[in-house]
Amino acid sequence: MQQVFKIPDSLKKNTEYTFCPGCGHGVAVRLLCQAIDDFNLRENAICMVGVGCTAFLYHFLDIDALECPHGRATAEGTGVKRINPDKFVFTYQGDGDYAAIGMTESMYAGIRGENLTTICVNNTNYGMTGGQMGPTTLIGQVTTTTPYGRDEKLNGYPVKIAEQVAQYKGTAFSARVSLDSVPNIIKAQAAIKKACEVQIKKLGYGFVEILSPCPTNWKMTPEQANEHIRENMMKEYPLGVFKDVTGEMK
Amino acid sequence: MAYITIDEKKCKSCYLCINACPKKTIKVGEKTGKTGEKVAEFVDSGQCIGCKSCALVCPDLAITGVYR
Repeated sequence: MQQVFKIPDSLKKNTEYTFCPGCGHGVAVRLLCQAIDDFNLRENAICMVGVGCTAFLYHFLDIDALECPHGRATAEGTGVKRINPDKFVFTYQGDGDYAAIGMTESMYAGIRGENLTTICVNNTNYGMTGGQMGPTTLIGQVTTTTPYGRDEKLNGYPVKIAEQVAQYKGTAFSARVSLDSVPNIIKAQAAIKKACEVQIKKLGYGFVEILSPCPTNWKMTPEQANEHIRENMMKEYPLGVFKDVTGEMK
Repeated sequence: MAYITIDEKKCKSCYLCINACPKKTIKVGEKTGKTGEKVAEFVDSGQCIGCKSCALVCPDLAITGVYR
């Protein structure tokens, strides 16, 4: 009898997440820790934590972490990485953090080709503060600040982060993955590993956008939230690898 | 035969593992968890194939090990 699954060592012993039931953050954190374990980076890693539900991350990780101002995780990560080029520096951010408040800093990390890894969890709203409209909110989606649904004439169109990051020359890897089902979680695992690998090989900026369920603010059961990702979110945000300089993932 | 271990203290009763299991070896249990709902429970009927599907979808690290 052999143990084929165990909780990654990068997580603190007996960690209990404080996320809502069915939240995708739990899976995303576990996949990230698995990738760090696979490359044996725990002693050498520095985590840049964004604001929002992602800010809980340093309670769970057995890794050095910095809490960054809203949206500025990639900017702070740039400084940390340039001073400590041998360290593995990664940022863990939400879509509101990465693509609204920190849009400039985030895009310039790709434009400058910083050796960073970013995991961006996209759940189409500001989850921690009560589900307000974020930059990635779908057209017609009801949130607390768009009670009649997001109207493109009034609120504009959703931001497509992974495609946008992929267009810069400094970006080494950009992909969009989902956590709605077992096959997609396995693909997400591979993409996160790749984003870490491009930093270790000093190829440029590694980015992964993760479509993640937010059952509490979507007012759905966890299973309905996964269905919502498949039915509605994937139409607006198609999954795939948009850039990979190593050419290994398609 | 393969089996899994569930930490009832961590389970938040989202039941994603029940839907993910291809052999239906996980069911809604008798005990009440920390959210006030019944926690997931493993039925050791010899059907488990150790595919890790439940452990991959579990968002709360409640499935602490899969053995095969």
